[in-house]
Amino acid sequence: MIGFSDIMKRFFDTELETFRSNLVLMGEIAVRQVRQAIEAMVNADLSLAEQVAAADDELDQLEIKIDEEAIRYMSLRSPVATELRLVIVGMKASHDLERVGDEATNIVRRVARLSSEPPLKSYEDLPRMAAMAVEMLRDALDCFLRVDAEKALAVCQRDKDVDEINRALYQELTGYMIENPKTTNRALELMFISKSVERIADHASNIAEEMIYLANGEDVRHTEATRNPDAS
Amino acid sequence: MDPAIRISPESVAPADEALARQDASLIDVAGLEFHYGKIKALDGVTMKIPEKQVTALIGPSGCGKSTLLRCFNRMNDLIENAHLTGGRVKIHGVDIYGSDVDVMELRKRVGMVFQKTNPFPNSVYENITFGLQLQGVKDKTKLDEVVERSLRAAALWGEVKDRLHESGLSLSGGQQQRLCIARAIAVEPEIILMDEPCSALDPVATARVEELIHQLKKKYTIVIVTHNMQQAARCSDRTAFLYLGKLIEYADTRTMFIKPSDSQTEAYVSGRFG
Repeated sequence: MIGFSDIMKRFFDTELETFRSNLVLMGEIAVRQVRQAIEAMVNADLSLAEQVAAADDELDQLEIKIDEEAIRYMSLRSPVATELRLVIVGMKASHDLERVGDEATNIVRRVARLSSEPPLKSYEDLPRMAAMAVEMLRDALDCFLRVDAEKALAVCQRDKDVDEINRALYQELTGYMIENPKTTNRALELMFISKSVERIADHASNIAEEMIYLANGEDVRHTEATRNPDAS
Repeated sequence: MDPAIRISPESVAPADEALARQDASLIDVAGLEFHYGKIKALDGVTMKIPEKQVTALIGPSGCGKSTLLRCFNRMNDLIENAHLTGGRVKIHGVDIYGSDVDVMELRKRVGMVFQKTNPFPNSVYENITFGLQLQGVKDKTKLDEVVERSLRAAALWGEVKDRLHESGLSLSGGQQQRLCIARAIAVEPEIILMDEPCSALDPVATARVEELIHQLKKKYTIVIVTHNMQQAARCSDRTAFLYLGKLIEYADTRTMFIKPSDSQTEAYVSGRFG
């Protein structure tokens, strides 16, 4: 049997550690971006909104770096098995995290527009929905650290809860516009913000699916298992 | 000699039956144990090798993969103190270690290509016809046909058709290896065993042999021992990982290189095994 003494440490193992660290860092930044974007909306904090927009570049650069590292590793180190899955999943997850950053930036751009008018309604559903999306994102990233397919599947299954709130908000905001057309601009901005949060949850779900592939090599995309807890 | 070993499947099975057997196991190994003197080289190996596919045997030096390969045509019989001490190997359902098996006939059906290229010190032509002449074939037309067919099948005809009467040793290393493959094909085997066939070849010659393996599997069942993980990944349909004489994991090659089940397989294919 192979014991610990038989498993070699290779001179390029640190390259994968750096690759992992960069993905974790990207995840932390993306989570922070979303939290701050919603905080900026609730408090009409334009200074915080600017900070969020400015930090997007950091995520973009990290995505490029992760892609470069992955291509280099695949070309020079010929990874197989867990390493191969890690490199592929890392590239895909970094793309999702970059898109999360883009959605956070979209939200703060709309915050700037909303701030010039009085709030249409008290912000309750959107922060709740955003908290759910952030929690999904955090859990998906936790699955990366712990290689936990079961927890990752549960993240995917939570996506529909966020979708439901988004649908309800859409109907409520449409009602505002019908009742009072003067609310149209604000209602549309909130609809777009809601859509961005819903997209962030989608990206969290994608990352969770990727973590399932990392853990057990199973591709669960577009399967009933990710939607229905009873099917898994 | 049991008829099942002697007769090629095409001659006994109707076309539809042959089709139905495409995925059938050709080599059936069960509980195989093999000793070199007191040293156990194979320890309870059980596996089924499918027909007309490439099966790679991988593992660190001394793991038993070459011993296992040589069990398939009883080449180990030629080694002093080497003995099959348990289990069996069946080809087409016939125990090839049975007392009535004609070993020379078996080796005709199960050809072999070695790590070191070993053309006979004769002409290219004679290298190919050697086996047939041993069988008593003297018809020049028939021999010419076999030479051309075998060299074409080994993707060597275009390169040597004008040098058929030059020494096989005058060919390049890669050409010599393909000549050895052509020689193995000439006697119309069903199975070709390859023991690290590319380890002495440069990348271009290796690519040619790998391309040849890919072509040959349409007609032959190929079992290849290799230390080159990328070669196993590129060439084989199924891969078996052996360690200390035991079969640790055996699955389709995609699974072995993307999601192996065993941590030892994972460590070996990732190059983390030392």
